[in-house]
Amino acid sequence: MNYLLKRVLAGLATMLAVSFFTFAAFSLISGDTATAMLGTSATPERLAALRAELGLDRPLPVRYGAWLAGFFTGDLGVSTSYSQPVRDLLAPKIALTLGLSLVSFALITAVSIPLGVFTAGRRRFEGARTVLNQLGMAVPPFFTGILLSWFFGVGLKWFTPGQFPDAKQDFAGAAVYLLFAAIALSIPRIAMTARMLRSTVQEELGKDYVRTAIARGNDRGQVLRRHVLKNALPPVVAFLAQTMAEIVAGSIVVEQVFVIPGLGQMLVSSISNRDYPVVQAIVVILALWVVLAGTAADLISQRIDPRLRLGGAA
Amino acid sequence: MKRKLLEVLLLLGLLSAALCGCGGGSTGKTAEAGPADSAGTQDPAAQPAADHPNAITVGIAQDLDESLDPHLAVAAGTKEIMFNVFEGLVKPTPDGDLVPAVASEFTSDGTTYTFTLRQGVKFHNGDAVEMRDVVYSINRNRLAEDGGEPLIPALSAIKSMTADDTTLTITLDQANTEFLAYLTLAILPEDYDGQDTAPVGTGPFKFVSRAAQDNIVLERFEDYWGEPAYLDKVTFKIIENADSILMSLQSGAVDLFAHLTSTQVAQLGDDFNIEEGTMNLVQAMYLNHAEKPFDDVRVRQALCHAVDRQQILDLAFDGYGSLIGSSMYPAFGKYFDDSLTNHYPHDVEKARALLADAGYPDGFAMTITVPSNYQPHIDTAQVIVEQLKEAGITAEIQLVEWGSWLSDVYAGRQYQATVVGVDASTMTARALLERFTSTAGNNFINYNSPLYDSLFVKATSSAGEAAQTEFYKEMEADLTKNAANVYIQDLADLVAVRKGLTGVRFYPIYVLDLAGVRYTA
Repeated sequence: MNYLLKRVLAGLATMLAVSFFTFAAFSLISGDTATAMLGTSATPERLAALRAELGLDRPLPVRYGAWLAGFFTGDLGVSTSYSQPVRDLLAPKIALTLGLSLVSFALITAVSIPLGVFTAGRRRFEGARTVLNQLGMAVPPFFTGILLSWFFGVGLKWFTPGQFPDAKQDFAGAAVYLLFAAIALSIPRIAMTARMLRSTVQEELGKDYVRTAIARGNDRGQVLRRHVLKNALPPVVAFLAQTMAEIVAGSIVVEQVFVIPGLGQMLVSSISNRDYPVVQAIVVILALWVVLAGTAADLISQRIDPRLRLGGAA
Repeated sequence: MKRKLLEVLLLLGLLSAALCGCGGGSTGKTAEAGPADSAGTQDPAAQPAADHPNAITVGIAQDLDESLDPHLAVAAGTKEIMFNVFEGLVKPTPDGDLVPAVASEFTSDGTTYTFTLRQGVKFHNGDAVEMRDVVYSINRNRLAEDGGEPLIPALSAIKSMTADDTTLTITLDQANTEFLAYLTLAILPEDYDGQDTAPVGTGPFKFVSRAAQDNIVLERFEDYWGEPAYLDKVTFKIIENADSILMSLQSGAVDLFAHLTSTQVAQLGDDFNIEEGTMNLVQAMYLNHAEKPFDDVRVRQALCHAVDRQQILDLAFDGYGSLIGSSMYPAFGKYFDDSLTNHYPHDVEKARALLADAGYPDGFAMTITVPSNYQPHIDTAQVIVEQLKEAGITAEIQLVEWGSWLSDVYAGRQYQATVVGVDASTMTARALLERFTSTAGNNFINYNSPLYDSLFVKATSSAGEAAQTEFYKEMEADLTKNAANVYIQDLADLVAVRKGLTGVRFYPIYVLDLAGVRYTA
């Protein structure tokens, strides 16, 4: 309980720090909301008037304080580029990006763990495996995405690239569409996770206790499942948590390739527009995501390995 | 050996099984979704036109991510699309003329303009357009809020405005033949304050919805006073990624896409007709005259001679585009002076001589700032960098994000050279030329030519159209002779239109008119 409280507080502190640094970064980069809004029609008088209207002429701590006060009362502000409440703007996009990330994560876990364990005990096709693995890691998701769209979309017409179906009207179509994006997003992480798991399993397999267990007549597969995997998994779980955070970052690119109206495109364009209420909201959401993934990984690791539980409480 | 091969095959099998595991699942889903899918996404090539929903999807590379209020929107991309939603008292035609729109007729002697309100014009919300809406719309642009600058400074030329229910009389402080072009400003309902997000106008299409970074939907306005639009519905889909643009066209998701590159067009295949218009931009390497060495006319002329513009078109644009020699593009017709186009032929020797004369016999180093979101300008800058090397000038490209370009280059004027395209907000020569008068707030190159300033005064105060055109041409010549910028081209506008669709009209300003677009069969 004590531990959980600590995690929550640490998480909150992280999000606060992230939100403040984002806010501060906005005053450091050139161009502000007013110059972005007025574009080529900007004149010094109009800029000054707009800055006053938006409250941009107040000092940074005051503006941050105002934003923070709004945030804690559930008011995320109004997008400066769309003149719409940030909450309404982002709600449908969060669902999409979250969906894409979860599908990718499920794919990564479901494919990489069996693949890693299966290949760990078998050393004979090292060469082909290494090539495939390197290929999987090296080819960036946007390129895989383009290939998948060409082949399955333009070629086989399993989905229509550029036409993401409305999930409410055509759930299956939206799911297929998301799945292909998720495949593009997951391949490098699958390759990495599988390789990592393989090496940790191999390391464990070389240890004395395994030899002893097998020497005492235990089935090799049983040893692998019951003992080796238990010891090999914690670092992989930690890695997967990190993956969870990175998927979200990767989804920004994949969403663009697949023309999925998620958070990614929104983040990029709102930075460009200096639409700070939107950027702040997205950054806080992403920070929350990372904090949650990290906490989940810790809890799972502790379940697998009770030694960590003691360490955490101390 | 055999066993090893077998194991490799097995491994490959496993991998593909893993992939097919997901693939297999999706096949099942596709099969289920099949019937529904084919109803929703009809393949235009495969079915007779009569079965089509009378609607198209138009791809655009940038969202309309700003206020949709036509008086406040600033981005060229927003005005381009919302052209379909709004109209002024008059509106432009593809030929560059102005014809009555919300006004049914107008007369003018240069100083006094009289408009008759067209009967039966309705706003998209169903209200009839009244004279008070017209007066409100003009005043909103003409009068500044709390002492600032009005939205359209040129409207401050209005001395008085009198209106009754049907007739509007505008008197100017002096004769101005260009004034009419400013009355293309959108007529908006006076008692409506939702223009920012749900705009209401009088155009052939009405605004339905906007989903940020996703799409914008317009529908035909049934009560349009003029010739109605052919299509029931137009969905604008925002697709930023260049590869995705191509795939969306080929997959059938998008029917029409403007401003494509020649490379994209070459890859499109047989499903599309390519219409070629002009972008109506003055693309140039703009030079900051307040920065050394660009304050020296010889250096600027040397740059003009050093750059081979035809080679830029050939290398970066597959030969598309029309060369220009001043701040005016050919679509402007009478204002365009073609004799200026080749004022600075490609001549490296001359460039070197001019540089030596200016005190830079060994050339110099410079930075070209380019907004990173405009690939045509980046490509152009890259060719220029290579060409300048021959004249001994070492140029370096600095890519900046659009927001920084606006604040540092455009507003802050902190740069040496920048490659961009400048557009005209209205169909007047003034829209392109006024910015280079020494006191203009948007004179981002810091151009300062007393002759130019005096010509501008003469041009704007001359009553005769012919005389005025002459003055504008002299201004263009002044820009050319002083090598104000390294003028390059007006880019070609390549529009991919799915076969079976027709009616794309090109204008001398940056708009995408969809009212005439229709299925042929």
